[in-house]
Amino acid sequence: MSIANYLYLSAILFTIGAVGVVVRRNAIVVFMCIELMLNAANLAFVTFARINGNLDGQVVAFFTMVVAACEVVVGLAIIVTIYRSRRSASVDDASLLKR
Amino acid sequence: MTTSSNLVWLIALPLICSALLLLAGKRANAWGHLVATAVSASAFAIGVVELFAMLGRDVQDRPVTQKVFTWISVGDFKVDASLLLDQLSICFVLLITGVGTLIHIYSIAYMSHDRDRRRFFAYLNLFIAAMLLLVLGDSYLNLYVGWEGVGLASYLLIGFWNEKPAYATAAKKAFIANRVGDVGLSLAIMIAFATFGDVTFKGIQAQADQASSSAMTAIGLMLLLAAVGKSAQFPLQAWLGDAMAGPTPVSALIHAATMVTAGVYLITRSNFIFDAAPTAQLVVIIIGVITLLFGAVIGMAKDDIKKALAASTMSQIGYMILATGLGPIGYAFAIMHLLTHGFFKASMFLGAGSVMHGMKDEVNMRKYGGIGKFMPFTFITFGLGYLAIIGVPPFSGFYSKDKIIETAFNAGGLKGVLLGVATLFGATLTAFYMTRVVIMTFFGNERWGHKDEPHESPALMLIPISLLSIGSVASGFLLYRNHALEYWLKPIVNPAGEQHLEELVQPIVVSALAVTAVIIGVSIAIKKYRGEISSEAPVKVNLLTKAARRDLYQDDFNESVFMRPGQSVVKSLLNFDYKVLDGLVRLVGGISIGAGQSLRKFQNGYVRSYALMMVVGVLALLITVWLMSS
Repeated sequence: MSIANYLYLSAILFTIGAVGVVVRRNAIVVFMCIELMLNAANLAFVTFARINGNLDGQVVAFFTMVVAACEVVVGLAIIVTIYRSRRSASVDDASLLKR
Repeated sequence: MTTSSNLVWLIALPLICSALLLLAGKRANAWGHLVATAVSASAFAIGVVELFAMLGRDVQDRPVTQKVFTWISVGDFKVDASLLLDQLSICFVLLITGVGTLIHIYSIAYMSHDRDRRRFFAYLNLFIAAMLLLVLGDSYLNLYVGWEGVGLASYLLIGFWNEKPAYATAAKKAFIANRVGDVGLSLAIMIAFATFGDVTFKGIQAQADQASSSAMTAIGLMLLLAAVGKSAQFPLQAWLGDAMAGPTPVSALIHAATMVTAGVYLITRSNFIFDAAPTAQLVVIIIGVITLLFGAVIGMAKDDIKKALAASTMSQIGYMILATGLGPIGYAFAIMHLLTHGFFKASMFLGAGSVMHGMKDEVNMRKYGGIGKFMPFTFITFGLGYLAIIGVPPFSGFYSKDKIIETAFNAGGLKGVLLGVATLFGATLTAFYMTRVVIMTFFGNERWGHKDEPHESPALMLIPISLLSIGSVASGFLLYRNHALEYWLKPIVNPAGEQHLEELVQPIVVSALAVTAVIIGVSIAIKKYRGEISSEAPVKVNLLTKAARRDLYQDDFNESVFMRPGQSVVKSLLNFDYKVLDGLVRLVGGISIGAGQSLRKFQNGYVRSYALMMVVGVLALLITVWLMSS
């Protein structure tokens, strides 16, 4: 199996994530799609690390996981707070800033 | 040159008094008019003292100067605020303060019911101060200050009853017409400075023979424009009739005796310029002739007694301007007519004021009639002024007008004949319209339509009138006798001692012609106004009367030639400013606003669309990078 297939998978996952962010309204789903994009990036990093034969990509993947974990904490907190006050998890409802 | 320290007080006293009355407010109501009159009288006293001092000196030592302070000092150029009292200015000083004092006294009674009498006297004193500065300044720049000062005082006094919009408009009209003339004076000063580097009379006179004749003509014409504006000559005469909106003493002092004659003073004072500029002199003559006939024609049709007298003033000043245009010989006669006119016209205006006082401020002569027997004193004094103005010997107007007619005849050639005939014709017209005024006011059927009989005015008003009447009877003979005024003014206006070019007509013949002209005018007027006079102005009149009633269409002319085009220029400029200049600015603003409006659509508040934009952006970036690298 060619190593390039990992990259194709990574691209497909990233695309699914990106499309999901753009088309879905539910904040939780959008959030999961973002995670999907992050993990697609991770997969690409790891693959490149393997191709290049060093550990740089692996290290960056760890950083990404840490950032993703932090992001999950903050993001979920925001989503929960908005849901509590507005009884809705739709990202389209949270559009008050334009006014 | 003799110096004196009294001159500045002539101006300072009335100026301080005016400021005092204006600043003291209501506190001065009780005594303000008395102080103002006393100040005016003391200025007259200073004038008399100076006259006797002058008479005591030799001819070449007669002029007196006083340097008050250095006004402008720039490098080599220096203008002093200096005063000059010579044989010419002393005539004016005495006329201004003398007639001014009498009119102050008259006004105490005339304005006694006015709640603003104190303000009125403050303005009168301001006028006296400004007029004295005008005639005492030793340079054109000093004269200019006084020139503007009398314009201001005239404006304030014409609009004294400014609660009536028509009167306020009349004041503005006078001010604006004067402004046109003032531009002429300032241009004349500028040209004189550019030519001579000096603005004093003495300095310019010393260099007058070195200047080019074109520069002299330019200065002369600009000075003439100034004189035309101030003295209500054609074509800037339209303001004088409306200026009668002011209280009658103002009409007598400012718009008959003194301020309107400032133009004659200006030309006489600038004799060294006009003598070197024959073209300008010719224009002066033409303007004088036009105005003397123009004013007389208007005077024949006016039913408003003050406006008839104003038209007559215009016409008489036309005589004076004409005389100043006749060169060195004419100046003295212009000043002589100015002085006698100051007396008889002021006396007649005050008489008209007295009639108005007794007739509840009615000015329409068609509502008068038969007043002579109710106001005998006013009738007699007005009658003396009447005999003086039409030029019946031996009243004052005869001598002064006769000399002008004689000088006109002797101007030489065809010009002399034409001018002589014009002045004679003017005398006939004068006799006609003044006779008309007297008949309509003092004789004939009573037309005032109310029960109250007119009453004679208080003594405080009659005393000044009678003093002025004495002047209007005697001044002509006194000034004429032994060439008194002619020799007195000779060092100033005719140092070369020029005589008539040719004696075309003997003086006695001229006098006979003048008297004949007067008799013709009087008899036509008597024939026409002997019978019943209607209390309404007749509607079916000939074209000339119609035109004269409308001031020979001078207002219509100004309106259609200057005012309407001026307004349309202003309107189109306003449009240009609004549409083009503002339009450009608004266009720039509009572009920014439009750009903002369209960019705003992207900020729709939906997170998903922002995300899409980011995706698209990243894709675009990647594609660009990929295209560039491959």
